[in-house]
Amino acid sequence: MRYIDEFRQQGLAKPLARAIHKEADPRRDYYLMEFCGGHTHAIFRYGIQDLLPGNVHFVHGPGCPVCVLPVGRIDDAIHLVETQDVILCSYGDMLRVPASKRRSLLKVKAAGGDVRMVYSTQDALRIARDNPGRQVVFFAIGFETTTPPTAVAIRQAQAEQLENFSVFCNHVLTPPAIQSILNTTDECDGEKVAIDGFLGPSHVSAVIGSQPYEFFAEKFRKPIVIAGFEPLDVMQSTLMLIRQLNDGRSMVENEYTRVVTREGNSKAKALVAEVMELRDTFEWRGLGQVPYSALRIKPTYEAFDAERRYEIRGSVVGDAKGCECPSILRGLKRPTDCKLFGSVCTPENPVGSCMVSSEGVCAAYWSYGRLRNESTLRSAGARLD
Amino acid sequence: MDASETRARFARLGLVLIRRFPSHLDYRQGSVDMTHGGGGRAMAQLIGELFVKYLDNELLRQSNDFAAFSLAGGRVVISTDCHVVSPIVFPGGDIGSLAVHGTVNDVSMSGARPLYLSAGFILEEGLPLRVLERVVASMARASRNADVPVIAGDTKVVERGKGDGIFITTTGIGVVPEGVHISGNRARPGDQVLVSGTLGDHGVAIMSSRENLEFHTTIESDSACLHGLVAEMVAAAPGIHCLRDPTRGGLATTLNELALQSGVGIVLWEDQIPIRPAVSAACELLGLDPLYVANEGKLVCICPAEDSDRLLAVMRSHPQGKEAAIVGRVVDEEQGLVWMETRFGGSRVVDWLAGEQLPRIC
Repeated sequence: MRYIDEFRQQGLAKPLARAIHKEADPRRDYYLMEFCGGHTHAIFRYGIQDLLPGNVHFVHGPGCPVCVLPVGRIDDAIHLVETQDVILCSYGDMLRVPASKRRSLLKVKAAGGDVRMVYSTQDALRIARDNPGRQVVFFAIGFETTTPPTAVAIRQAQAEQLENFSVFCNHVLTPPAIQSILNTTDECDGEKVAIDGFLGPSHVSAVIGSQPYEFFAEKFRKPIVIAGFEPLDVMQSTLMLIRQLNDGRSMVENEYTRVVTREGNSKAKALVAEVMELRDTFEWRGLGQVPYSALRIKPTYEAFDAERRYEIRGSVVGDAKGCECPSILRGLKRPTDCKLFGSVCTPENPVGSCMVSSEGVCAAYWSYGRLRNESTLRSAGARLD
Repeated sequence: MDASETRARFARLGLVLIRRFPSHLDYRQGSVDMTHGGGGRAMAQLIGELFVKYLDNELLRQSNDFAAFSLAGGRVVISTDCHVVSPIVFPGGDIGSLAVHGTVNDVSMSGARPLYLSAGFILEEGLPLRVLERVVASMARASRNADVPVIAGDTKVVERGKGDGIFITTTGIGVVPEGVHISGNRARPGDQVLVSGTLGDHGVAIMSSRENLEFHTTIESDSACLHGLVAEMVAAAPGIHCLRDPTRGGLATTLNELALQSGVGIVLWEDQIPIRPAVSAACELLGLDPLYVANEGKLVCICPAEDSDRLLAVMRSHPQGKEAAIVGRVVDEEQGLVWMETRFGGSRVVDWLAGEQLPRIC
């Protein structure tokens, strides 16, 4: 695959690994949070940790859209399917996320609810066009990356006067989440989140640019490197973070220059600004209420706002007992610290949302790393160096 | 009493002998209805004009509720497989050919020579007869090409909305040559792992034609019978330890099954695994891992290291194994762990498939 395989070459990974080994100061540890699930996935899938020295640690952040959506919002969606005669459309991962009472949209579908998996907002629009007698609700989730397509769909629905289409908007914003993590670094029941720097989001930054992170770098004195999702991107960005930390610098650097600019995608930003506006506050799984961290549909487009159309009130539900997703999403704990991990909670039967999506940190730990035992691998002749 | 006497006798009684079925099946306009499974005249017509016509062979023509035959000596293998693929017709095949390939392959994975198949059809009321004809014709073609006749069958019809067009269950029977003992629990440390060709073609072909996910690709399903390839492999290396076709769940799931059954670990070398660029690209786009994508015309073979080069040469000289490769080896590891040395230079666990990647692909 052109433009992809180039960023997965072992020949280039080796010199990068050597540079990291050489430049990482053995007298200290480096705790680097990769915000995005895409990075988490790449780290595990390519075995990047094997190439790094033992004192470089990845702390896995909350950047997995299905993982941060609170249970209450899924309960709302389930309630909608069960009480109104609607077709509810959403992305595949969302359907398996456990809601309260261990229900999920997939289980509701099995019980006869009309829930459909779509690959894009365009699929949802098509379903609305094909079913003029039914109401179609798109359960919109995701960060800044998936927000513009939702805005496009709403505009299209208005242009086509598609009266049977609406959106249950749950789009969230990255910068307020990073701020929330940084704000809690020194509190949180005495537990300190040790984060020295961030691997910044890649696809999100393609939309919002690298500029929004400058505030964090300056105020919280944390270096941020915008990193692509390919393994060489992750390694190069890790080296850039180590260099900043060694130099005592804290600035926003952009490793992912082939996609991300300082300003981002102004057309996409304008589109979102036209259709959506900031919510005063929004609940995040793991982070609790985060001010100005999510979007809702503007009154001018209220005809397409499922929250208004169906008077969705917003259920508030606690996380499952014993589930450590909240601490894991803040980087306070690792999946293996959770009592449920691998016993009650597995990808086949997830309790917490981090186990659902392949980008979720628990799922990545379980699928790629749970049985990692270096001595086993070495004795079997695996190349670990 | 011959036919003319019968006619004369009927005429004396004032009766006219008419054809058993007044008109032929209407493939252009007609569709399956409940009477086709009702046990009456319509069902007899469907069997006679469609199933027996296309799948014709001596045993089927006897029209008994069973097929009786003798088998030459050796261990007898039986395998059964249900097929519910959606869509019914896909690039490179359809549910009819798949129902033959799938079961022939399952029988072959014992090292056996497959001999006969039986087929059960569950049809949904409303299924156009032309679709059914296409499927049965394709099944007949696949069965003829494989030289494995369908010798018994059954048909049921379910009400509209209670099926998905057509489901086919096939059962195959075969005989294993003397001296061949292939089983999923025989992988031993030091063995080599071979695959017969590129992985993920079937799954990607199915995905590309699914209703809500149409995308253009030149990839066709690899659906094919593997017993010819297996016969040559078994002749060249009777000591093969394991054979399995990596269908649902792909190579990753198949290797996990074998590792668990045998109580060994398996190491894969990512850079040796053959995957077509178009399959890689489609998986990249859809967020799938080709190691978990289904195949319908590929096999995994685990054999003693000393046999591996010879087997590889035999496989590569067969049309079904041109792109065969040695992709890993078996190691001493009792947890049944499968992991992979990545092309990138790291390593990772290759786990069982969790949940499902796609609805119904075989």
